Amino acid sequence: MIGLGEHAEFIIAAYAGIAMGLALVIGWTLAAARSTRRRLAELDTRDRSDRA
Amino acid sequence: MRGFLAVLWRDLRLALGGSGDVLTIVLFFVITGAITPFAVGPDQALLSRIAPGIVWIAAFLAMLLGLDRLFRPDQEDGTLALYRLADVPLAAVVAAKVIVHWLTAALPLIVASPLLAVLLAMDFPTFARTVVSLLLGTPALAAFGAIGAAVTVTTRRGGLLAPILIAPLCVPVLIFGVGAIAMGGGPDQAGAALLFLAALSLTALALSPFAAALAIDWGEE
Amino acid sequence: MSIETAPKISWWNRLAHPGQFVALTRPLVWPLAALTAVLFAAGLWFAFFNSPADYQMGDTVRIMYVHVPTAWLSQFVYATMAVSALGTLIWRHPMADVSMKSAAPLGAAFTAMALFTGSMWGRPTWGTFWEWDGRMTSTLVLLFIYLGIVALWRAFDDQLRAARVVAIFTLVGAVNIPIIKFSVDWWSTLHQPASVFTPEGPKMPGSILTPLFIMFFAFTFLFLVLQLVAMHTEVRRRRIATLERRMARGSAA
Repeated sequence: MIGLGEHAEFIIAAYAGIAMGLALVIGWTLAAARSTRRRLAELDTRDRSDRA
Repeated sequence: MRGFLAVLWRDLRLALGGSGDVLTIVLFFVITGAITPFAVGPDQALLSRIAPGIVWIAAFLAMLLGLDRLFRPDQEDGTLALYRLADVPLAAVVAAKVIVHWLTAALPLIVASPLLAVLLAMDFPTFARTVVSLLLGTPALAAFGAIGAAVTVTTRRGGLLAPILIAPLCVPVLIFGVGAIAMGGGPDQAGAALLFLAALSLTALALSPFAAALAIDWGEE
Repeated sequence: MSIETAPKISWWNRLAHPGQFVALTRPLVWPLAALTAVLFAAGLWFAFFNSPADYQMGDTVRIMYVHVPTAWLSQFVYATMAVSALGTLIWRHPMADVSMKSAAPLGAAFTAMALFTGSMWGRPTWGTFWEWDGRMTSTLVLLFIYLGIVALWRAFDDQLRAARVVAIFTLVGAVNIPIIKFSVDWWSTLHQPASVFTPEGPKMPGSILTPLFIMFFAFTFLFLVLQLVAMHTEVRRRRIATLERRMARGSAA
């Protein structure tokens, strides 16, 4: 690791903020994807059993 | 044209008769302006320096406040649905409503602005410029407001949403509106700002009825 | 040899069918995600270990490797939304609605990140977290527009109606953004000398350009992946809404 010079805290804060922001966006996208997929599977099975 | 005038008269009569909305908006404008000295202190020099900005902010907020009555009453009692079926193009109806909105929510503010000029220690040349810039800039606010009101008219929480949507779009109007008044040092840009303001108002007035009409038409289906 | 009898469906029409769209683009997600991860790894390595400190800005130049890509995305995502809005209004393309809807929160997120890294850069370089400079101000206004669009989407129950209304507003915003940018530039030069921030442009040395370039593609591909996944989610969400409606009708009968 290199030294970040006199303004290290700002560089670290910027990258930490980006990491947090990206984690938030990715996590939120994946969570939404998973929950809708589960709900759709649930509805599909119920739909099929209703029709049968 | 006759349909356009009919809508114009109908809305004007409705706005002026009875409901007292116009008075409320004027009161809001004056009170917003009059309350600022309590927040920034009664320093005359400071007040007269920031007075044009205060007047513009007060006018801006007052016009946003009046947005909800642009289309919502007509939407609720079904008049808007009839307008969509009428022979008059919807854009003409919207244009008439924008004009009425300006006449009942902007013109009264300009008439009341001498009151604020006195309260905020404006000198006469600044006040004259403020009136001119308000006259040229408020039509753009009314036009943008019509788009915001049209986009949110079919939603339940539209009243709160329209100002949020419109405020960022109004940034240029505020910038050039206040820029046309500023008499500080440096090169005098006020003339250029005034021209930009007029161009903005004309363009917005010309285009917004079509955008708003489209939004109403497609939002209703 | 076989003779094709079925009418040929063009790729455009195939994309218009939500199920087909998901089936066609799903295989793209994992390779793109892998590519994004590789790009990010390479970009970070270059950013921290293989690029010198700028002779003028010192190590703070490393903030640029995340700031410039997010700032670019803040505009690129809006362009995506505006093109999708045209797709909704002119061709009534169903996937354009979906693309518009899933891009809005992503754009807001990237714009917020651009503002955050911008202020982290501004503190050591300009001595303040926030400067009412032309670019930062218009990015802030852009963030407000994104948030307004997200709020507008949420205000509607019927997503088909919402799509057309939001499309109109998105295009109104697209017409306005250059005006806002121009007015803000005019305003900020009027109120302060324009010397705070000179555009770096092509005088940057290659050692800085390499990580910048890689990070630029990393962020862009990340957006593409997220956009695809969010679009698939939105397609499923609509299918759920249809199924739920049908079931509600079924149980009522």
